[in-house]
Amino acid sequence: MTASRPLDREHGLALLEQMLLVRRFEEKCVELYSASKIRGFMHLYIGEEAVAVGVMQALDADDTIVATYREHGHALVRGVPAGSIMAEMYGKVEGCARGRGGSMHLFDAATRFYGGNAIVGGGLPLAVGLALADKLQGRRRVTACFFGDGAVAEGEFHECMNLAALWQLPVLFCCENNRYAMGTAIERYESETDLALKAASYEMTAWSADGMDVLAVEEAADRAAGEVRDGGRPCFLELRTYRFRAHSMYDPDLYRPKEEIERYKEHDPIPALTARLRAADLLDDGDLEQLEESIAQEIQAAIEFAEAGTLEPVEDLERFVYAESPAA
Amino acid sequence: MSVPTRTNAITYREAMREAIREALVTDERVFLMGEDVGAYGGCFGVSRGLLEEFGPERIRDTPLSESAFVGAGIGAAMGGMRPIVEVMTVNFCLLALDQIMNNAATISHMSGGQFEIPLVIRMTTGAGRQVAAQHSHSLEGWLAHIPGLKLLAPATLADARGMLAPALADPNPVLIFEHGSLYNLEGELPADGGPVDIERASSRRSGTDVTLIAYGGTLPTAMSAADELAAGGIEAEVIDLRILRPLDDRTVIGSVARTHRAVIVDEGWRSGSLAAEISARIMEQAFYELDAPVARVCSAEVPMPYPHHLEQAALPQASTVAAEVRRMMGASG
Repeated sequence: MTASRPLDREHGLALLEQMLLVRRFEEKCVELYSASKIRGFMHLYIGEEAVAVGVMQALDADDTIVATYREHGHALVRGVPAGSIMAEMYGKVEGCARGRGGSMHLFDAATRFYGGNAIVGGGLPLAVGLALADKLQGRRRVTACFFGDGAVAEGEFHECMNLAALWQLPVLFCCENNRYAMGTAIERYESETDLALKAASYEMTAWSADGMDVLAVEEAADRAAGEVRDGGRPCFLELRTYRFRAHSMYDPDLYRPKEEIERYKEHDPIPALTARLRAADLLDDGDLEQLEESIAQEIQAAIEFAEAGTLEPVEDLERFVYAESPAA
Repeated sequence: MSVPTRTNAITYREAMREAIREALVTDERVFLMGEDVGAYGGCFGVSRGLLEEFGPERIRDTPLSESAFVGAGIGAAMGGMRPIVEVMTVNFCLLALDQIMNNAATISHMSGGQFEIPLVIRMTTGAGRQVAAQHSHSLEGWLAHIPGLKLLAPATLADARGMLAPALADPNPVLIFEHGSLYNLEGELPADGGPVDIERASSRRSGTDVTLIAYGGTLPTAMSAADELAAGGIEAEVIDLRILRPLDDRTVIGSVARTHRAVIVDEGWRSGSLAAEISARIMEQAFYELDAPVARVCSAEVPMPYPHHLEQAALPQASTVAAEVRRMMGASG
């Protein structure tokens, strides 16, 4: 087992900054949604930030990401510019998918960000195929595939676990277990709620980590990504987390007790890391203020970029239904 | 005078195999995967011998996991490969419809053109072999509904041999429908037979009185009907659609403008079918050319029954097509 990285000031602040960026970005998204700047479905990651931030630390620029419709955080941490994400949510052509996908369908070839997939479980076969291409072409990439606990009930999950293990494909399966498939609690839809155990039944290395602790996620992801990259085989991580907000902006959140939400908020990954850094004398009030200030500026700049953005001309409506490059 | 071209006797099945073989030889990014494509040699024998020649990395037997291996084909195509995915029959592709519709057909447009999916999916379609209601349907009309896909229906040896190369070169997902009744079709092909276009419908027989529009498994039906009609003095032009999406309106409309009558022969069910789409297009684009309403000969709207007599009763027959034309000619004077 890989030893965990020592918690130095620079790295600790970087983790905190990334989680705070995601949190503040989405808090702003809520305001913009209320102001009707952002429309359609929007799913918030608030409470789950430690998962994306922790896992991304283990990935290289050449690795591949396949994510879900709850992916603002993954895109931000991966390095998709905040402005192009915000412009996407505004439906502007300057968005990372020309404004055509919106909140649920962020795509960015430059950072190897393959969506933004809004069919639960539908991203897993893509990840298997991307990893197959890497294997056949002799590349040592990791394909990190994020999906929720709800996906575990889909046939595509089981088909893909089997295929990835059978063909020894370099996929890092990251199951973000927030305990609810939309509004249905995991105990009400899974006969076996130990998800790592399920994955292990496919002869795949699998284990669980505390998804509310960014350092625990980072350590688990480091180890898992190492297995995938060096071992050339898939690995499954169950990251136990919780979303503090409703499933989407349409969800009245009637299916879980308020006390449960409050209980999990006591494990909010951001105050948890902040306290840890303070206790180790790696962070003071001035640092925190500075972080908040620079994040607020970045978000403000993203909003200005989106506001100043333009709408895709209607004449381009049918562009890219079919690829524009010639046959090759 | 040109030198006579040397030809080889070949079946449709062998023509498909030769096309796959050539793709594997000429492009190392190409691989074939699907259920029983390797050790078994393909459910319909198309890939027999390829595992021995190319090995298990490039001829990949898959689990019975249509969604996973079709989706893996999409991902591999996005990752720089040129996969040929075989789905045993169009009925089984329903298990992969999420991947075909929500990913293959959608990602290019939804990502603003950032990603292309140069994927080929082959599948058998159609009835006529008494394999009943879960292995016999012609569902290509459903798939032809979907923007972002291209659909091919090779009905001749030349198309079986020549459509795969341009399909693989195409940066879009291309679905190839092989009618099960065609695999044993035999004939001669030029030894150096190469790629064909995948853009235009083709006239397989010229005629002046009526246009019969067919594709895939109904092309032989339409050709037989044309023979029968010719014996009675009616000359039918037979148009083979070849490409089911995007449809080649120009060739169809051009023919109807010459013959002024059209009968569409489609093994799909009539309601919401390709035949319905073509009929609508003729009406939109050539209404004033018509001497009679467009007619359709489609499959009966029943799940395909097992017994031979009922299956044949459910399928478009040459005699029915010919009768429809005679009725039309009588009605339009």
